[in-house]
Amino acid sequence: MNSDSPSNNSSNEKSANAGISRRDVLKTLAIGAAAGSVLQVIPAEAAEYVHELVRAEKGTTPAAKYTPKYFSAHQYATLIFLCDAIIPKDEHSGGAVEAGAPEFIDLLTSENEKFQLRLGGGLFWLDGFTSDRYGSTFLDCTPQQKVETMDLIAYRENARKDHSLSQGVAFFGLLRNMTCDAFYTSKIGIADLQYIGNTSLREFPGCPPLPSET
Amino acid sequence: MPQVTRTPTSYDVCIIGSGAGGGMAAKILTEGGLNVVLLEAGPQVHPEKDFKMLTWPYELAHRGAGVGGHARENFTEFLAPNGAWSIEGEPYTSAPGANFQWFRSRIVGGRTNHWGRIALRFSPIDFKSGSRDGLGDDWPITYEDISPYYDKVESYIGVFGTKENVSSAPDGVFLPPPKPRCTELLVKKACDKLNIICIPSRLAVLTRSINGRQPCHYCGQCGRGCVTGSNFSSSQVLLPPALATGRLTLVTGAMAREITVGSDGKATGVSYIDKATRTEQRVGARAIVVAASACESARLLLNSKSPQFPDGLANSSGTVGKYLTDSVGSDGWGTVPALEKMPPHNHDGVGGMHMYIPWWKFDRQNDFPRGYHIEMGGGREMPAVGMFDTLCHREQGYGALLKQKARQDYGISVGFAGRGEMLPNPDTYCEIDPDVVDQFGIPVLRFHFRWSEYELRQARDMQETFRAIIETMGGTYQSKTRIDGQYPFGILEGGKIIHEVGTARMGADPKTSVLNSYCQAHDVKNVFVTDGAPLVTNPDKNPTLTIMALSWRASEYLLGEAKKGNL
Repeated sequence: MNSDSPSNNSSNEKSANAGISRRDVLKTLAIGAAAGSVLQVIPAEAAEYVHELVRAEKGTTPAAKYTPKYFSAHQYATLIFLCDAIIPKDEHSGGAVEAGAPEFIDLLTSENEKFQLRLGGGLFWLDGFTSDRYGSTFLDCTPQQKVETMDLIAYRENARKDHSLSQGVAFFGLLRNMTCDAFYTSKIGIADLQYIGNTSLREFPGCPPLPSET
Repeated sequence: MPQVTRTPTSYDVCIIGSGAGGGMAAKILTEGGLNVVLLEAGPQVHPEKDFKMLTWPYELAHRGAGVGGHARENFTEFLAPNGAWSIEGEPYTSAPGANFQWFRSRIVGGRTNHWGRIALRFSPIDFKSGSRDGLGDDWPITYEDISPYYDKVESYIGVFGTKENVSSAPDGVFLPPPKPRCTELLVKKACDKLNIICIPSRLAVLTRSINGRQPCHYCGQCGRGCVTGSNFSSSQVLLPPALATGRLTLVTGAMAREITVGSDGKATGVSYIDKATRTEQRVGARAIVVAASACESARLLLNSKSPQFPDGLANSSGTVGKYLTDSVGSDGWGTVPALEKMPPHNHDGVGGMHMYIPWWKFDRQNDFPRGYHIEMGGGREMPAVGMFDTLCHREQGYGALLKQKARQDYGISVGFAGRGEMLPNPDTYCEIDPDVVDQFGIPVLRFHFRWSEYELRQARDMQETFRAIIETMGGTYQSKTRIDGQYPFGILEGGKIIHEVGTARMGADPKTSVLNSYCQAHDVKNVFVTDGAPLVTNPDKNPTLTIMALSWRASEYLLGEAKKGNL
C-alpha cells in the first residue's frame, strides 16, 4: 500500500490511512458536540480555521526548486546524495529525498548553531577527507570511493580503530538520525511503516487476534 | 516610573493561577455565589487555534521537532501550549549540586492543558504513612475526609477505570475503560506470571458522554489538547462553567508579585504586573486563593513581606518552601519480538496508557519505604522525530538494510515509567534568592535538592522490575543505567516529573505547617492555598486528582466562612 502514488499527491490533505480529511473529521466532531453546553467545544467554523492554520504552516512538499536556507549549493547537493544513501527508494517505498529530508535538515540547521557546526562543519570535513584521500570533493569521487568513505564513517567501531575518523562518524550519526526523522514523519515513511491511526473512532477496537491465534 | 493602577472594584475572592487547583476553586466559588477575580500569568488558550489534534507531522515544516529541532530533546511541538523548564526572563537558581528543574506553565488552564490525565486517588495509608513507618508526618485529614471529594471530582471531570479492590489504589467513580492495546495485553500476561498487579488505568478521559461533553474519539493525542474537550483540562471543563455564572473576571497576563496585608493582619488584595502594559496593578479582595503551582505559590508567600510578616506571609512556622518533593522517576524500555507478528492495526486509543501497574509490594518488606507505580507505552504509535534514534545507534550503517531494520523494529518497543514516592528531606527546599530578580523585578526562587538513598533504591527496584517484565515477555531490555553518576538507576533530575508539591503543607500544628486541614493559612485566615503546596506527602499517585479534591473541599469551606461573615 503506497499512499504516495501521484493520484494521492493531488489531494494531500487526505490522511495516509483513512480516506477522510482532517477537515472532515473535525467537522464531524464539532457537529457531535452537545448543543447548549457551557463547556468549551469547537464550532464548525473553528474546525475549519484549524485546518487552514495547519495548511498555512504547510511543511515540506518536496519541491523541484528549493533554495537552501543554510547550506551552500555544493553542500546541499552533497546532503541530497547522503540522505538518498541513508534511506534509499526500495521495492516498498520512495526514499528520504522524496520525503523531504534535505529541506527538513536545512531548515533545522538554519535555526540551530549546534547543527551548523556539526552538519555544516561535517560536510566540510567530508570534502577535506576525500580530498586528502582521493584528491577530489566527496561528490566528485567515483561511486566506489563514495561507498568506501560512507562505509568508514557509518560505524563507530572504525573511529575506535582510527581516531582521525571520529568527527566523520559523529557527523554521519547525526545526519542518519535526522534523515530518519524526516523520512519516518513523511507521508511516504508513515505508509512504509504501515502506521494506522490519527483518526476519529467511535470505539477503540483493542488488539486484533495474534496471527497464530486466528 | 511604572504606573500603578488601583482597580476600583473589589472582589470577594482573588484566585492566583488557573490550573487544576485554581480552576476548581473558581468553579466552586462562583457557583456558590461569590464574585471572583482570577489572575493568570499567561495568555488565553484557544483550542481551535492552539491544539494540533489530528495533524500529521509532515503538515508542519518542523515535523514536530520545533524551531531549530529544540523540541526534539524536550516535548514535541505537537503538545498543547504547556510551559517549560526554562522561561525567558523568568529565571530561577539552584544551590551548588542541586540541579532542580522547575517546570512552569503560563497559560489559562496551566499544566492541565497537556498533562497525562492520570487520575489516581491517594490510598487510606498514604494519609498515615508517617505513623506506619516512622518517616515523616501524617496528614491532618484522613481518606474518609477526602473520599467524598474524590467522588465529586471524578463524577464531574470523568475518569475511566475499574473496581479492583487493591488497597494501594482505591477504586473511584469510574466510566468504563477502553480495551487494552496489544502491548498492554502482553505486559499483563507477563505480570500475571510474575505476580505483579496489572489493571486498567484511571485517566480523566471520557469513554462515555457526561455533563454535556463528547466522548473520546481515540486519536491518542490528549497531550496535544482536545478540541472536543473529551479529556479533562481546567481551561475547557472548569473555567467555562465558572465564566457562565457571570461572576468570574479572568485577568490574563497578570504576574502576581505580592499579597498585600492590612493593619489587621488580613490580606487585602494582590499586587501584580500586567505583562502587556508592563505596569504595576492591584486588585482588592476579601479572601485570596493561592494556586500558582506549589513553588510559585511559595515564592509569592515568601515575597509578601510586611512589618507584621517579616519572613513572608503565612510563614511564622518557617516552613513555606520546605518539604519540597517531586516524584521519583526512572524509565526503561525493551523490544519484544512477539509484537513483530502483529498485523498493522490502529493502536492509538486514548492519549495515555489503558493498563497500568499500581504499587503491588505493599504486603512485604522492601529495602525502601513507600512505593511506586508503573506506567506503560510503546507499540504502533504514530511515527515521530527521534523514534528511530536508538535503532540508528544500534544498527548503524545506512541504506536498504537500515530501512528494513526500521520496518522490522517499528511497533515492537514497550516502555515503562516508574513513578514513586519521595520522602521530604532537610536538604530539599526552595527559598528566595537574595541576589536575583526576574524581568518584572520579582525576587526568584533558589532550589536545594537531593535524592536520598531511599529514592535511589526505589529507582533500582523499578529498573529490575522493568527488566523482569520485558524478559518474561520474551523480549530484550534495552535501557542501560549506571549505579553511579548523575542518573543512578536512571533516576531523573528533581522536577522532571513535574509533581513538585509540599511547599506550604497542611498540618494540625501551626508551628510546623503553613495551612490547616482546609488549606487555610494558620496565620492569615483569609488566605488559602489550593495547588500542590498543601500536600503533606507525595505518594506515588500523580497529584492532580488530589489537588482538585482538596481545592473543592477548601472552596466549600471558604464559601461557608463567607456566609458566616468570617472573611
